[in-house]
Amino acid sequence: MASETATPATADVLTTVDGRPLKAALAEAQRTRRIRAVLLVTPLLLFIFATFLFPIALMMFRSVDNPLIAQNLPKTIAVLEKSWNGKDVPGEEAFAALREDLMASRAAGQVGKVATRLNFETSGMRSAVTRTARKAKKMKAPYKDQILKVHDAWSKREVWATIKRLAPTITGANYLAAVDRKYDADDNIVSQPEERQIYVTLFMKTLWMSTIVTVSCLLLGFPIAYLLASLPLRHSNLLMILVLLPFWTSLLVRTTSWIVLLQTQGVLNDIMVWIGIIDDENRIQLIFNAQGTVIAMTQILLPFMVLPLYSVMKTISPSYLRAAQSLGAHRFLAYYRIYLPNTMAGIGAGCLLVFILAIGYYITPALVGGQDGQMISNVIAFHMQKSLNWGLGAALGGILLVGVCMLYWLYNKLVGVDNLKLG
Amino acid sequence: MAEESDALVCFIEVQKSYDGEILVVKNLSLDVARGEFLTMLGPSGSGKTTCLMMLAGFEPATHGEITLDGEPINHVPPHKRGIGMVFQNYALFPHMSVAENLAFPLQVRKMDKSEIDTRVKKALDMVQLGEFGGRRPAQLSGGQQQRVAVARALVFDPVLVLMDEPLGALDKQLREQMQYEIKHIHEQLGVTMVYVTHDQSEALTMSDRIAVFNDGVIQQLAPPDDLYERPDKAFVAQFIGENNTLSGTVKEINGDNCVVDVDGGGIVQALKVNVDGVGSRSTLSLRPERVEVNPEGGSLPNMFEATIKELIYLGDHIRTRASVCGQEDFIVKIPNASHHAQLQEGATAMFGWNVEDCRALDG
Repeated sequence: MASETATPATADVLTTVDGRPLKAALAEAQRTRRIRAVLLVTPLLLFIFATFLFPIALMMFRSVDNPLIAQNLPKTIAVLEKSWNGKDVPGEEAFAALREDLMASRAAGQVGKVATRLNFETSGMRSAVTRTARKAKKMKAPYKDQILKVHDAWSKREVWATIKRLAPTITGANYLAAVDRKYDADDNIVSQPEERQIYVTLFMKTLWMSTIVTVSCLLLGFPIAYLLASLPLRHSNLLMILVLLPFWTSLLVRTTSWIVLLQTQGVLNDIMVWIGIIDDENRIQLIFNAQGTVIAMTQILLPFMVLPLYSVMKTISPSYLRAAQSLGAHRFLAYYRIYLPNTMAGIGAGCLLVFILAIGYYITPALVGGQDGQMISNVIAFHMQKSLNWGLGAALGGILLVGVCMLYWLYNKLVGVDNLKLG
Repeated sequence: MAEESDALVCFIEVQKSYDGEILVVKNLSLDVARGEFLTMLGPSGSGKTTCLMMLAGFEPATHGEITLDGEPINHVPPHKRGIGMVFQNYALFPHMSVAENLAFPLQVRKMDKSEIDTRVKKALDMVQLGEFGGRRPAQLSGGQQQRVAVARALVFDPVLVLMDEPLGALDKQLREQMQYEIKHIHEQLGVTMVYVTHDQSEALTMSDRIAVFNDGVIQQLAPPDDLYERPDKAFVAQFIGENNTLSGTVKEINGDNCVVDVDGGGIVQALKVNVDGVGSRSTLSLRPERVEVNPEGGSLPNMFEATIKELIYLGDHIRTRASVCGQEDFIVKIPNASHHAQLQEGATAMFGWNVEDCRALDG
């Protein structure tokens, strides 16, 4: 080796004076710096991973994870897979396996979960499972008739087909449920019964309301941002404080003050009655409906539109407009042809930001949305907190996440994320 | 130079105030002749840019009238004035290509497509950027952007083109090159140009006439050589080129000449240009290259002993700082000719100058 390093450098490999390859020397020289850089960002990376990426991944996994039936009814599943024709109620063997499985899961305290899970698929299964499990111990072979006597749900072919279908530990059922579809007992994708079709409509409504909020924010925010960017600093500072004021006020306070303002006995209705626009009997319902959600969310999200717009408008030299006018364009034409196109990056950034925030908004719809002002996030919260159907909640959230990523991708295609200016 | 009938632009007793307390432009009257290249020169805050903005229509005049081609334009909006303008930072529209930038003034005039194309092409060729029509302004160098801005201001054939410090952002070499190019375009097209700058060498290079602004007032309006050689005001003498000043009191006046008692000691014979009378204060102005070092005894009317403070070698000349008549910063340029005077720092020498080179101006 020593003789090799001592040989003079060949023409195509650059070396240092003592004959080491230049690239290796460079890498070594920069190693400490690189290690230091990695160490500096490590805490943040770990934090993001632990509090952001890992929980998201966990939830996404939960949306397809389906271990319950496979864990609790292993023998039943084995029998069904082996010897069931799928057309009739299975034979004695399957009932015997079911009894054993239910006894085991009762002992493990899992039977309630199994009952709930099967009840999602076929209503009435909760009592069938719990009652059968309770009485299983006293039964003597043959079991089929005794179990059928306990609950006649077991005489339905679909119930057995459902158990067999739920056997795989990974399932797309939650995503199907999130778009108002489901598997029937035989693994075909069918629509939910009409009274249970709520999610697609809700997604559409969420998108629609978010669009209205975004457009309202743009219409209200554009003139404010323009004023901010063009007023002298003394005045624009005051205006900026007014724009930022909402950030320093609790979201809860702001939302509840909308209730005070907009409710039927509230300030706005009182004023309108006093002026005489409406009479006392016909007070307008402005809150606890979709309208209230849109109004409150527009106010709350307005700064997220104003700030990116402002930061872009700040960079647009007033001389562009002057130049356009000196070249013969009327003031309005100059705004339309010159000013507006130059604010596109800000418009894009603001709309994207407001829209993404809006489709995932929870607290405002929950407080002022009433019945028809609820959005998809409220249903996700419902599944997380009340119904405890985390799989479905995670699936709804997953669809939302994919939607946001697609928006971002689309924006990148159309405008370019490099042009995104948030302040 | 500008006769009444020949004037394209007239400022008539124009005053401008932004806050109602301070006059930025004080009672300005100025005629710009047709086809003239007139430069408004002055330090920042002297009111020159304000005048240009009033002419372009972006600032209203507080008092007085501005006429273009005989028509008062005080109430004509900028887009109807038909005045081309080149802005300080070019103001090229960043979202349009070079050709689109040039086509913009033609499109808003509703010309048809083929006419626009020919004109854009002609204008681009004029500034030697024929190949660059498809580029965005950001892809061009500073000098190229500058040319596009000039071409855009000219493409719709305005009678008048305004330029607001258009070369300020360029480096020295490019700036000088562009000065010649703009001057040549002016000569070729015969268009009237009003040019604002604070750079005196730029003004001297390009202009037919220069209006020197200070404190909202035109101090002097004259061709470049007059301004340099025959300044009327102490400010002009000081602002244009290098200048030695000696302050003093007028002792006597003899026809075109006068005698001034300099504060720091010494009686100087000077040309009477702008003095009120015997006993009034006056500033004497003397160009550094008009001072003779160690002249023959008695050959010049003004001869004083000078103490050499500093010698700076600058190649073609030697810049000499000396103390003369109590003035510590008296500058003399000694040309680096063969047999030029050899001076030593700290030594003394005789400085002398003619009466006509020493102008007695306002105090």
